[in-house]
Amino acid sequence: MMRDASTIPIDAGAIGEPAETPWTLPYRGTVGMACLILAEAAIFIIFVVAYIYYIGKSLSGPTPAQVLELPIFGTVCLLSSSLTVHFAVSALRKGKMRQCTLQLAATVLLGSIFLVTTAREWYHLIHDEGLTIQTNLFGTTYYSLVGLHATHVVVGLTMLSLVLGCSLFGLVKEEHSEKLEVLSLYWHFVDAVWVVVFLVVYVLGR
Amino acid sequence: MSTTTAIEGIDETQASLPGRPPMNVILEWLTTVDHKKIGLMYIGYALIFLLVAGAQAMVMRIQLAVPNNHFVSPQVFNRLFTMHGTTMVFFVGMPILFGFGNYLVPLMIGARDMAFPRLNAFSFWISAFAGLMLYFSYFGANGLSGAGSAPDVGWFAYAPLTARVFSPGHSTDYWTLAIFLSGVGSIGTALNIVTTTICMRCKGMKMTRMPLLVWLYLVMSSLVFVTISPLTAAQIMLTLDRYLGSHFFDTQAGGSAVLWMHFFWIFGHPEVYVLVLPAFAFVNEIVPVFSRKAIFGYPAMVAASVGIGFISLSVWAHHMFTVGMGAGANTFFVFATMVISVPTGIKIFNWLATIWGGKVIFASPMMFCVGFLFQFLIAGLTGIMLSAAPFDWQLGNSYFVVAHFHYVLVGAILFAIFAAFYYWYPKITGRMMSEKLARWHFWLFIIGFHLTFDFMHIPGLLGMPRRIYTYEAGRGWGTLNMIVGIGAVFQAAGLLVFVYNLVRSYYKGKEAGHDPWDAWTLEWSTPSPPPDYNFAIPPSVKSRRPLWDLKHPEDPDADYE
Repeated sequence: MMRDASTIPIDAGAIGEPAETPWTLPYRGTVGMACLILAEAAIFIIFVVAYIYYIGKSLSGPTPAQVLELPIFGTVCLLSSSLTVHFAVSALRKGKMRQCTLQLAATVLLGSIFLVTTAREWYHLIHDEGLTIQTNLFGTTYYSLVGLHATHVVVGLTMLSLVLGCSLFGLVKEEHSEKLEVLSLYWHFVDAVWVVVFLVVYVLGR
Repeated sequence: MSTTTAIEGIDETQASLPGRPPMNVILEWLTTVDHKKIGLMYIGYALIFLLVAGAQAMVMRIQLAVPNNHFVSPQVFNRLFTMHGTTMVFFVGMPILFGFGNYLVPLMIGARDMAFPRLNAFSFWISAFAGLMLYFSYFGANGLSGAGSAPDVGWFAYAPLTARVFSPGHSTDYWTLAIFLSGVGSIGTALNIVTTTICMRCKGMKMTRMPLLVWLYLVMSSLVFVTISPLTAAQIMLTLDRYLGSHFFDTQAGGSAVLWMHFFWIFGHPEVYVLVLPAFAFVNEIVPVFSRKAIFGYPAMVAASVGIGFISLSVWAHHMFTVGMGAGANTFFVFATMVISVPTGIKIFNWLATIWGGKVIFASPMMFCVGFLFQFLIAGLTGIMLSAAPFDWQLGNSYFVVAHFHYVLVGAILFAIFAAFYYWYPKITGRMMSEKLARWHFWLFIIGFHLTFDFMHIPGLLGMPRRIYTYEAGRGWGTLNMIVGIGAVFQAAGLLVFVYNLVRSYYKGKEAGHDPWDAWTLEWSTPSPPPDYNFAIPPSVKSRRPLWDLKHPEDPDADYE
């Protein structure tokens, strides 16, 4: 009955009443990013658990209360960059290219400011307070958790800068809005992690 | 079919032309993003490591066969059990199961490829690199200090043994980095499988119509995100400890060795389910076809699988009863561990109910599935024994534990993998495997398996600890260890018959055609082997068994679901 060389066509419409119309499935970028976020969240959870477990267990100073200050300015910058990237996506969806480029630039700028504040904090801790990753358990957990987050900020900024560069050259089009949204999901995740890190390191841990 | 002729033209690709230069073929495999080729590379690479790690097990059994043996030195023995465990879990179990998943999931849901083909290739190559790197440690781990060869810290690498003081040289670093990289690959492939399952299903393939194999791979892959990631995090911490002098697991600076145990087993126990869920998946596909019945209790099977996924995240510390966690934690983990036997039991009863009253055909895939059912049950029963904390205090770290988890890994998972090979080999190569050799393989392997692992429980009960390199005569362990060693020889013989069968059938096997088992899922509608694009016309389905509907238009499944 069938030719051996080809796939047997399977058509549900041929059996009984026709197959259900319409057939739409989620965008694969969104689902893939959700999976990545789940996996990354698990990594962060382990680092956060280690941080909480070792709060107050350092055998020597300095302690968080002595050296840490609330990074309010950096936090405000990073969290507002979540808003700007959201505006960039919705601008792109409506086809407002200029607006999109502007919001992307603001996102990159705010993210970079956050990185600078982290760098200044680290400089202060290492240079003035003498706290390194080797000093005590606080140093170990602090630098690894904040450093892991900063690494994610760097990755996010690299990708956002790439998109910004493309949009400056007019390569970003309306049909790319879904892809930009996937990137924005990642950026929102990085910001959400910062909220947790902020609460654990600077509020709970101090 | 009128449409079929029109499609013929598509098959005239370069791949189908005879007499291509070998360089082109190699290049094609190296650069491929086709899910079937990547799946096969996963399987091939896992089989190579299976032989390597199997040979390591043989050497260990020779060493332990008689008391006071000096076949290998204690140092070599430590490396052997570390490499055997690490290889079998990360470079045999994971890749072989991801290989089958890669090959089968898109075919079963009527897709032409995975959702992210290039990520798929990346995941494979980074995992393959990780395996090579682990074995490069035999040559490269010496470092400047001249200390160390292959890793020798055990497959769970408890702190503080992994600290720089106790593991000089680079052996532990090779172990850490190899597992880190293999974890990156695993997360990539798992991400791909989940996305493919959710976003690439053909028309009409609702979640409730997916073959159970696809469901189980969905659960397994979702579990990978929350299991492999903690291990990755712990490996980052260990690397920081070893290279930057941080103190995560450094007890002298207030760090905790027990924290490593928690982090490792938060990975380690769900990992067992990551490995066993695909084994369930194969049995779910094979048992109905060879019982000539639809699977019994499809919704219950899905629910039980998802349930196992969730419960498996709350049982890890039953590996740590002997650490002394206190009564509260012990009670919780005893209870959680016992609860997981409920969904597992549901699965066993559903398989039995599927076989019950069916016209059972004992072809080789079905034989291995029956072996699986029987052995998985026993493995589960010893599991319940070990889940009771007082019993575990007595037998923790003994050969009883080793026998128990090998019953799961070999008796259940490896048997299901063999079943999968016999079942899907015709689809993958277009040829049937030799049934006669398959029977030799089955009987050699099952006899060897029971000689080895049934008898391995007893020295454990008699107090023989795991990981010892030799023992004194007169403890009553000698004869038992000899029997265990003889069983290993039978298993090795069975494995060689299997490998011979794989190679021989490729050249001399009977032509398989589309659907040699008269099965019902979409992969059997494609030619064997399937073309690069899988389906010339994207299929559409109305039930869980689209090929049944095609073969029995007068009585389609859709009427009953």
